[in-house]
Amino acid sequence: MAGNGDGVTLLGYWASPYALRVIWALKLKEVHYEYREEHLPDKSPMLLQYNPVHKKIPVLVHKGKPLAESLVIIEYIDEVWKHNPLLPQDPYHRAKARFWAKFADEKCVPAMFRAFSKVGEEQVQAAKELRENLKTLESALEGKQYFGGETIGFLDIAVGWIGCWARMNEEVAGVNMIDAEMIPLLSVWFQKFLELPIIKECLPPQDKLLAHTKEFHKMLMMAALT
Amino acid sequence: MAEEEVKLFGTWGSPFSRRIEVALKLKGVQYEYIEEDLTNKSPALLNYNPVNKQIPVLVHNGKPVAESFVIMEYIDETWKHNPILPADPYERAMARFWAKYIDEKFWPAAKKTVVAKGEEQKGAIDEIQQQMKNLEGELKEKKFFGGESLGFLDIAANIIIWLVVAQEALGMDQILNEEKLPVLHGWLHRLLDDAVFKECVPPKERHLDFFKVKFGSSIASK
Repeated sequence: MAGNGDGVTLLGYWASPYALRVIWALKLKEVHYEYREEHLPDKSPMLLQYNPVHKKIPVLVHKGKPLAESLVIIEYIDEVWKHNPLLPQDPYHRAKARFWAKFADEKCVPAMFRAFSKVGEEQVQAAKELRENLKTLESALEGKQYFGGETIGFLDIAVGWIGCWARMNEEVAGVNMIDAEMIPLLSVWFQKFLELPIIKECLPPQDKLLAHTKEFHKMLMMAALT
Repeated sequence: MAEEEVKLFGTWGSPFSRRIEVALKLKGVQYEYIEEDLTNKSPALLNYNPVNKQIPVLVHNGKPVAESFVIMEYIDETWKHNPILPADPYERAMARFWAKYIDEKFWPAAKKTVVAKGEEQKGAIDEIQQQMKNLEGELKEKKFFGGESLGFLDIAANIIIWLVVAQEALGMDQILNEEKLPVLHGWLHRLLDDAVFKECVPPKERHLDFFKVKFGSSIASK
């Protein structure tokens, strides 16, 4: 629907869940965009120019103006391309979606990273915290099919990636992160969400991601020993 | 139309609940304020924010909203006059970007400048200075981040006042000084002069005492 004249470029990285959720937003809005892969850890002059403050992907450039921070970008996309709304209309439901996206980013994700990168008691505690926080996140589903209701919305694309990454991380790090008995509804939702064609086709190749995850884990374990 | 019932749970010294007070006052919304004792949280607070058990919480006609930026966006969307966020999507995104920056980068570094010692403190001070320079880049020639009047980012940046008061309380050199950060320094004074905003800062003497009590001993032991 949106044409080339809109001039949308996304700077991303194939293994980044933050770039991925922006891609999901663009796809759901049927926005035509140019994708530029950053070859991390090397950062292109364009990335450094467009995000001098954080020097991180994703960066969305629209009509020459850059934006960073994936959830900020997703809200921007939702406001500029108004069809297929991602956030609900009602202010109270919008507030809930934003609250839970923040909760996932601030409580679930760091716990997942600690469970992945630590060993021993620290790892055990982090994994426990993650499982508990995912249980809390599950309550936000409120018996619906998706966080967005009958169809996916802002919160689904904000947190859905965790289902993919957590499964991979728990396999590599050897600690349980997705406990299907503890979070039956969220487990079903993760599965349904990640199977949706528009979502699935954007996921990084799983074998490549697994190899990347194993390599990253090895690096972290070696660093922990020194 | 049903009568509006708006309650705000906060603490006198929290920049986060003070943000909500500014937003509500800018919109002329009548509300009941409930002061919480964070060492002894009320059943009401725990009921309205079971997830984080934190202030601020806004309760509008019985429905609770938590997290200061989430609340501010809710207020802006519910009471549409005197908008806090700009109309243009790009400018809105920039306000959100910098507000996030303030809470995620500036606030932790600001705390470090007060509690850390030696090299770590010096590093934090350098970091904060750079961060405030970055904020100046966003402010540019404007009266406020929001333009002619206070906006979302001005309210979010209220935390800068906490740093200034803490440094004054502890007899530290002000990082936000006119020489090094003239643009932000000017903004701060306009902010503190604003009729609505100045009602929503902690009383100075009480605030200074608070920091002296909380951090004074860490300075004495240097």
